[in-house]
Parts: sequence; structure tokens; C-alpha cells
Amino acid sequence: MSRHVLLIEDEPNIIEAIRFLLSRDGWRVDTHADGRDAVDVIRRVSPDLVILDMMLPGKSGMDILSDLRALSDYHSLPVLMLTARGQSRDRDMAERAGVSRFMTKPFSNAEVLSAVRDLVAEVPDP
Amino acid sequence: MATLNILILVCLAYVALLFTVAFLADRRARRDHAPWLGTPLIYTLSLSIYCTAWTFYGAVGYAASSGLEFVTIYIGPTLVMIGWWWGLRKLVRIGRSQRVTSIADLISARYGKSNTLAVLVTILAVVGITPYIALQLQSITLSFGIFAGVDGGDRDVAGGITFWVATGLAAFAILFGTRNLDVNERHHGVVTAVALEAVVKLVALLAVGIFVVWGISGGVSETLARIDNSEIGAWRMDGGRWTTITFLAAAAFVCLPRMFQVMVVENDDERHLQTAAWAFPLYLLLMSLFVLPIAVVGLDMLPGGANPDLFVLTLPLAEGRGGLAMLSFLGGFSSATSMVIVAAMALSTMVSNHVVMPIWFSLRRDGASFSGDVRNIVLQARRISIAGIIALGYFYFKLSGGGAALASIGLVSFAGIAQILPALVGGIFWRAASRTGAMAGLIVGFLLWLYTALLPGLGIGLMPYSVITDGLFGLAWLRPHALFGISGLDPLVHSALWSLTLNAATFCLVSLFTFPSPLERLQGAQFVNVFDHSAGPRGWTRSAAQSEDLMIMSQRILGAGQAQALFQREADRQGLPGHLPDPTPDFLSRLERELGGSVGAATAHAMVGQIVGGSSVSVEDLMAVADESAQILEYSNQLEAKSAELARTARQLREANEKLTQISLQKDSFLSQVSHELRTPMTSIRAFSEILRDNDGLAPEDQTRYAAIILDEALRLTRLLDDLLDLSVLESGQVNLNLRAGKLSDVLDLAVATALTGAERKLVVHRRHLDEQIALHTDLDRLTQVFINLITNAQKYCDAANPTLTITVHDIGGGLAVDFVDNGSGIPADAQSMVFEKFARVAAEKAGGAGLGLSICREIMARLGGDVAYMPDRGGGAFRVTLPTVLNLAAQ
Repeated sequence: MSRHVLLIEDEPNIIEAIRFLLSRDGWRVDTHADGRDAVDVIRRVSPDLVILDMMLPGKSGMDILSDLRALSDYHSLPVLMLTARGQSRDRDMAERAGVSRFMTKPFSNAEVLSAVRDLVAEVPDP
Repeated sequence: MATLNILILVCLAYVALLFTVAFLADRRARRDHAPWLGTPLIYTLSLSIYCTAWTFYGAVGYAASSGLEFVTIYIGPTLVMIGWWWGLRKLVRIGRSQRVTSIADLISARYGKSNTLAVLVTILAVVGITPYIALQLQSITLSFGIFAGVDGGDRDVAGGITFWVATGLAAFAILFGTRNLDVNERHHGVVTAVALEAVVKLVALLAVGIFVVWGISGGVSETLARIDNSEIGAWRMDGGRWTTITFLAAAAFVCLPRMFQVMVVENDDERHLQTAAWAFPLYLLLMSLFVLPIAVVGLDMLPGGANPDLFVLTLPLAEGRGGLAMLSFLGGFSSATSMVIVAAMALSTMVSNHVVMPIWFSLRRDGASFSGDVRNIVLQARRISIAGIIALGYFYFKLSGGGAALASIGLVSFAGIAQILPALVGGIFWRAASRTGAMAGLIVGFLLWLYTALLPGLGIGLMPYSVITDGLFGLAWLRPHALFGISGLDPLVHSALWSLTLNAATFCLVSLFTFPSPLERLQGAQFVNVFDHSAGPRGWTRSAAQSEDLMIMSQRILGAGQAQALFQREADRQGLPGHLPDPTPDFLSRLERELGGSVGAATAHAMVGQIVGGSSVSVEDLMAVADESAQILEYSNQLEAKSAELARTARQLREANEKLTQISLQKDSFLSQVSHELRTPMTSIRAFSEILRDNDGLAPEDQTRYAAIILDEALRLTRLLDDLLDLSVLESGQVNLNLRAGKLSDVLDLAVATALTGAERKLVVHRRHLDEQIALHTDLDRLTQVFINLITNAQKYCDAANPTLTITVHDIGGGLAVDFVDNGSGIPADAQSMVFEKFARVAAEKAGGAGLGLSICREIMARLGGDVAYMPDRGGGAFRVTLPTVLNLAAQ
């Protein structure tokens, strides 16, 4: 059974690039581009991993992460955060909010791929 | 010689008696209060130092030459005692409450504790009194001479005796005048000795008088008959002289340093004045009772060349009454010695306190401590001053060679001393009297008196004769006896009139035109209203309760720590256990100074006075306090103004700082935004570049599509960088405008064409070409850029099904408006205010721009002197570009 990734990102070209990468590696990729209902989408889709952009329309990736971690079922859901704002302050905030991995844009495709693989492998199957 | 020797022995015995009396009185006074000391009787008798040898011998001589005029010398003091005792009471009360040591001290204290004034009064007194002391020495010499002459002995012996007499007087004055340094400056020994001498001279004169009336003339009626027959018995009243001399005598009675000494300084109880008010005039009456009979009988009985000044001596001698003559001699001797002793004491206090000590202090200012030995220094200064003053009188006597010239010196001296009167009387009755006024009046009076009375009157050639006859520098109106052309007056009347009138006038006028200092005003109020301030005749009572009250008050003003330290220090200094010192005057003045540093001198004085004096605070005190408060208020107003200024500066700094912080935050935020905007296209570029590199088996159409994405994102990067640079140049104001002439319609044509080229969506643009035929003179390229931006925005964001943009041109007052209104839903109200901010994006979806377009438009329009603004409530997205008319060219 193929692993399932939910990509929450609003840049069409970046969505296409990541979808291409993960699909080739055998992942099922769902995408969503709006911050406001992102948490609902995560709960509905219940992916094995979430790739989350920081700057999203309506609601920031940081807020989404906090809301998500506040839900008891999603304490350990792997979340890979990608951001174009690579300041250390943002990294600190994300780690406090419970991010699993934090990567800055532009990223290396190989790194994203291995990060996704690692994060999902670490989580024991439910 | 036998008689002279006996005389000397008698003198020595008499002086020894005086010494004993003074010594005993001093000792009794120190041990306990002897009932007979400090009685009204002693006080009244001590006032008799007014009657000097000049009165004792001279009155008869005066009567022999001028008849009854001598009475004026007695009328003056009598009038003062009877008619002005309340004024004297005020002086006495002031003297006690201010702890005054001399008349110079009183004047100085009244006028703001000015030492200059004290020095002036001291100089005046010394100059005026020295000849007077010489006069006393002369009288002693003459009387010795009579006995020497009767014996046919050498007159020089008498002269030598004068020296020893002067030395003896100096010794007496030093011994009893400077035994101790009492704060009250009371000398019971001297006063008692003076009282004794008063009795001796009265008894002597009465004895001679009785002998003359009943022993020589043969009874009262016979004597009266003799007087009637004598020409001096006639009333030859010269109104001017009588009035003048009466006035001078009255003034001198109050102002003479020795009179001030016995009347004010030595006064134990001001109630004694009530007795003296009738008893002293009685004494004067007795002293003057037999003057005329002695003069008349003397003129009748004695040979023509006899000196009338010595009738009191020569009449008994001529009648062979050696004992009576001896008594008479002792009377004259008493008059002279008591005057010299008290005058020397009074003057020495003035000289040492106001001349010697200030000089000594100023010389020793460099860190010498004045703790223990100041007392000795002061006493030493007093002693030297006494010796100096008597020596001065002695040398003056030797220099002037005695003679008749000295006889008139008494009245001249009175006139000089009277110069103090305006400042004294003004000082205790007139609050507005000022230091400058007193100083000016005294100087004017002093100089006029010197010029018109003392210098011409002195027999020692101090003034060239030509000045007296022709005036100074040969100016007739400066003749000493006919000043300003007023001639024909008696010289004494002339001098007194000019000097006192101008003195008083100067004093009043200058006082009116000068403003006294707060201390002067406070002192003035205390002097003028002395009865409201001081607590009864017995002064302050001291108690620990007062110390406690003082402590409580001081803590409030100085703070607990400082006040306690101050009190503790003082208690230690006084050698008292505990922390509460006695409220000694010394401590009180120190406390006043300490408090004055915080609340001002007048306030501190009023506060301390309230507690210690138990006195009510007067209106004047309150006014002085108010003055001080006003000054403090002014200072605090200035402080407030300063602190307001500081607050303003601080606010400006804070604002500047906030602005800088804000700018710094904006810069950080801007850099963060720029970073984000750059990284996003770069992410796509990198991702797809890696995909193309790593995946050989890509379908050709995918390869093409991914390459196109890379190209698009690269272009987006370029646009972003272009915009950033453009904005940077515009914001820094370094943009070069390329001003050209053109037509609005052409600019709009170009903008619309550029914006719509290659657009995916179809935007319909409505224009009214007729309105657009307006000539412009501006940077046409920049204006085009703005228009393109606005049209592109409409194309991107207009959410209507059939997007339409209407461009209209309006002539608004002073400018031209170009409106761009589309038919979409417009910008939400909450975002309207920020659409022109950098990186502001309204719509959720990305439209390819970096969010700098409108910022650039705003900067461009600002450079062109116009504006671009969002217009709410126009039914859709609506922007207005305004251009100033000034740059418009006239339509063709």
C-alpha cells in the first residue's frame, strides 16, 4: 500500500515539483492551498505525513501546526515544514510548536525525499 | 605741696574705694542677686554720667558767660525722660531682644546687620568723643592745677598727674569693663561705681551751693537779690540757640555711646525706666539748682581774671574752706572719671566688635578654628581698644594744649553724636527705613558736621584760617560758618541746622527710593514692632519641651537623619547626655541657619521664634515669609519651565527613538519579505532544474513544460529585482525625471496597449477620448508606468464575469484627475488602507506580482507632484491619479 502525503502549499509551481518528486517515489500526494481549513483537510484525509508551507493565505503554517498539535490524535503525525522565511526565529517557533522537520526554501529534492522517507519510517504503524 | 600731696593721696584713696566698690558689686552680682544691685535707684544714678566734668565745672562757667542758657543742657534730657520714656522703653526692649552691645550694634542690627554701618557709627563716635575725653582730662588737670597754683607748686606736676590719671582710668575700665565676656554685656561693678560717683558729685555740688548761698551770701533772699543785680541773671533768650542746644542735648542723651551703655545695655529691667523718668530729671534739677548762685557769687567775690569754669573749686578755697574744696574737687574728679571709664568701655566695645574683630577674622580666615580662644581674643581687643581710646584722648589733650578751645567741645561733640539720631529714630519707628538711606544720611551729616563744626572748632589748626574766612577753594558759599550763603547764624546753630536737616532729608529720601533686603525688612519689622515680638521684660524661658518641639519641626524640614545628627552634635558640644541640646542662643542661630538653607531665613526665623520665643508671628514676619515664598515660587516656576523643556526634549528623543525602532523593524520586515519573495521563485527553479537533471526518461512535453516554468520563475525574479531597485531609487529621491511635453490621450493609449498585450483574460476598457485631449508636461514614461500598473491590477483582480475598466478624466480644482474604476467587488474595506504598502497583497491567490506595484505608483506620483489614491464606494476597484495643473500645458 502506498504511503500518503498531504501537501499544503499555495505556489502552483512548487506543488507541481513536490508532487512529481513524491509520486515518482511511490507516494500518494494530496494537495491543499488554503490555510483556513487546512486542519479539517488533514483530519479528513488523515495522511501519513504533512508537508506544510509557512506562508499560506488565510492562516499561517505556524498556526495550523499549533492547532494540529492541540488535537490528541495528531501529537505524533510527522509534519515537514517548508518555508521561504529562513530566519532562526521562525525555526525556533516551529520547533516549539512541535514541528517534526524544518526546511528552508529553496530545498534540495533529495533532501526533501529522504526527509519524507525518514519521518514516515520513524513512526510505527498504528 | 602738702595740699597737692594730700590731694593725690585722697585721689588714690577715692580710686581705691571705687575699685573696692566695683569689685564687691561684681562679686555679689555673680554670686547672687544682691537686692541693692540692679535697683531703679542705681539705674537712675548711673544715668548721671550724662553730667561730666563739663557739667560739674563748666555749667558755672557757662552761666557766668551766657546766663541761663546752661539750663538747656538739662532741659534736653529732662524732656526726653519725661516726654519720651516710651521711646526709651522701646530702645531698651530692642536692646534686650536683639542682644545689642552698643549703639553701633543697634544701628547695624536694624539695617540688615550691616557692619559697614557699624563701622561708620563707630568712627563718628570715636571722632566725636575723643575731644570730649580730652576735655575731662583737662578738667582734672586744671583742678589739680588750682591746688598746685595755690601752693605755688609746679604746674607741670599737675600735667604729669594727668598722665597717671589717664593710666589709672584705663586700668579701671580694663579691669571692670573686660573682666568677663557676658552675652548681656552687663558690668555691675562699673555701674555701681558710677552710681557712687553720681552721689559724690551731687553731694559735692550741693555742698558748695549751700555754702555759697548760706555761708557767703547769707541766705536765699540775699542770693536772689545778688542774682537780680547781676546781668547774667537776665533772661537773654536766643530762641535759635536755646532750641538748638535743647535739641542737641536731648539727641546726645539718647545717642551718646556712654548713655546708650548705661541706659540700654546695662539695663536690668525696663521697669526701672519708670522710676528714672521722674528721678533723673530730679537729679538734674538738683545739679543745676546752685549753678547760677555760684556763678553770680563767684563773679562778685573773685578777682576779674579768675576762670569761671573753676568757681566751684576756687570759691571754697578763697574762703579758706580746704575740706569743702577737697569735696568739690572729688566731685569734679568723679564726673570726669566716670565719664571717661564708661565712654571708653562703650567705645571699646564698638571698636573691637566692628573694627578689630572683623579684621582679625578676615586675616585668620584660612582654616583657624574659633572654638576656645575667641573669647580671649575679644577681651584682648577690648582691652587694647580701651587703652587706645583713652590714649587718643590724652594725646589730643596734650596736642591741643588745653585752653578755652576745649570748653566749647562739649556742644560740638553733642552735634556730632546727634547725627546718629535720624537713623536711630527712623530705625525703630519707620519700617521703610533702609540701610542705604541710613548710610547716606550718616555720611552727609558726618561730613557737614566735620566741616562746619569740628574742624573749625578744634584749636589745633586742623583747618586753615583762610578756609574759615573765604571758604574751601576760596568759594564763599563753602564757608564753614556760612554754608550756601546762609550767614549771620550762630555757628553751632548753623552747623546743627545744616548737618541734621540734610542728614535727615537724605536718610528719608534715599530710604524711600531704595528697596531693603529681606533681612533688613525682617529686622525692621522686629525693631518697629518690638513689643509684639519680644516676650515681656524677662526674655525667653528655656525648657526641654522647646528642644523637643524644635526637634520635631527640624525633622519635618531637614529629614529625620539630618535633624537628629544636628541635635546630637549640639548636645555633645554642650556636654549633655541624650540627644536634646539646650536651646541656647548660639544653637538657635545655628539651627536657624540650617533651616534657612531649606526654607529661607525669614521662614526659619519665624518658625524658631514661634517655638522658642513663644511670640506671635506678625504680619511683617508673614510678609517676609511671603516674599521668600515668592522667590522660591519663582525659582520653582523656572524649574518647572526647565523640566517642561526637558520633558519636551525627552519626548522628542523618545519619538525619534520610536521612529528609528519602527524604521528598523520595517527594515527587518522588508528584508524578511524580500527574502521570501526571492526564495519562492528560486525554489521552483531549483526543484525543476534538479528534476530535469536527475530524470533522463522524462517525456519531451514534460521537459518543455518544466523548462517553461523555470523560465517563468526566472522572469518573475527579474521583475521583482527590477521593482525593488525602482522602488529603492524612487524612495531615496535620487530618481532623474525625464520631463517632456505630451498628450494625456497618447499616454493612456500606450498604457492600455501595453497592459492588455498577451493578457489571458479579456478586460474591456472604456475611455472618453474627447476628455483626454490635454497637454501634459511631465515624465511621460513614469506616468505610463503608473497607468499600466493600475490597468494590470484591474485585469488581474477584477472579479466580475465580464471585467470592465472605465477611465475618466476630471478637472478638479488645481489639478487633473484620472480615475480607473472597474466593475469588480473592489478592495475589502479593512485592506484599503494598506494597498499601497510594500508587499501588500489583498487577494488570497498569487497573481505573479511581488506586491510592490502600488508602492511604486505612489512613489512615482509623489515625485511628479501628484498622488494616487484608492476611492472607496465607487462600485468596484477604483483608483484616482491626480496631477498638478502647474505642469499642464495649455490645450492646443
